[in-house]
Amino acid sequence: MLHAAVVLALLTLALAWPVPILLARAQWTARAPGTALALWQSIALAGGLSMIGALLTYGLIPFGTNLARGLAALARATIDQRLPPRAGVEHVFALCCAVILGTHLLLNLIATVIRSERQRRRHLTLVELLSQPYPEHAGTRVIDHAAPVAYCLPGATRSITVLSAGMLDLLAPGELRAVIAHEKAHLRQQHHTVLLAFKSWHSALPWFPIANRAETAVALLVEMLADDQARRVVDDGTLARAIVLVGTAGEPGTATDALGPLDAPPHPADMVTPRVRRLTGGQPPLPLPARAAVLTAATALLAVPTALLLLL
Amino acid sequence: MASLGELERAIMDVLWDTGQALSANDLRDRLALQSSVTATRKELATTTVLTVLSRLENKGFVSRDRGFRPHQYRAVTSRAEHTAELMHEVLGSAPDREAALARFIGNVSPQEQQTLRQLLDGIPRQHA
Repeated sequence: MLHAAVVLALLTLALAWPVPILLARAQWTARAPGTALALWQSIALAGGLSMIGALLTYGLIPFGTNLARGLAALARATIDQRLPPRAGVEHVFALCCAVILGTHLLLNLIATVIRSERQRRRHLTLVELLSQPYPEHAGTRVIDHAAPVAYCLPGATRSITVLSAGMLDLLAPGELRAVIAHEKAHLRQQHHTVLLAFKSWHSALPWFPIANRAETAVALLVEMLADDQARRVVDDGTLARAIVLVGTAGEPGTATDALGPLDAPPHPADMVTPRVRRLTGGQPPLPLPARAAVLTAATALLAVPTALLLLL
Repeated sequence: MASLGELERAIMDVLWDTGQALSANDLRDRLALQSSVTATRKELATTTVLTVLSRLENKGFVSRDRGFRPHQYRAVTSRAEHTAELMHEVLGSAPDREAALARFIGNVSPQEQQTLRQLLDGIPRQHA
């Protein structure tokens, strides 16, 4: 049990610091955004599993030789209200930490999901009252506002894509098709669930520098995945033009200024330039063997803590 | 028959455009006038209008003045204010925004805008 606890603790450290830093800096992710996204999810899951697992296995050392026996002995000790003689303060402390951390992560996820669902519903109600259906595309609505904006609202039964009048004004028909294809790809590939999970992880562990980095990296990868779907509808140049035109439209003193002070901090990292560069730079997709290797690593990352917890 | 959502929007449009309080009968007449132009909506029953109005009241878009018979309904907030509220949420300045609204382009810093403008010159102009 001690060996398992040590290995899990080392894995936690690796997944909390060097691994995400390296991945956030890696250049290949733009050439295989789907594969990179799978790896990020695996890192987050494996990291959480190892962290709780390390505390749990360490705390259960005096109770039994493996996880199942340890948990059974812990249950008995709780009922009898008698700790085994070898159990010290440090073991009880580790067990408490494991329970608190697990509960905290779970409750935070539930709260994030409920809050976002409530906001999404209220937003949808407002959008439906304020917008007109866009006749050429099903599930697309236009809102009368000068700022060029496009976004999607995922829903359990129906999802909609919202365009602003400013967006229709700004873009040529081909560019607009690219934007719509991009947003529909978000909806089809359920990107909001991934974003929500990482947002919840970040808000649960705000003091964890990596959570912030992971959330930003995942947000960019999701945009690249949607861009890749839009590339099936239009050529790369048209999509790149659409991205640049919208990205440079919000100059101070123009449309967005009419909304009053926008005190939202801009993204610390450049979130748009990498998308344009991969469209104009002629980067080939990552070769299949390399992608397979990354996916294997992602699977192994999840398998190691699971095996340590269940088999030891 | 128009869906409830479409009716809600049509009623709010009338209330926003007139800017004054109307009874359910007034609203029905005005909607009937519109539908004679578009010839898409069947004659509305006043009870249907009342149903939609109470839904809108529950959602906080419409207020009811019970001092009159029949009751008078008016829009709580103007269309422009609602739009501003919505866009505020979309553009990410609402502090407690949880809903992951995936915008086509998020907030771009002035420095990045500069970079993007330079990139634009290198993109060949294509006509779709």
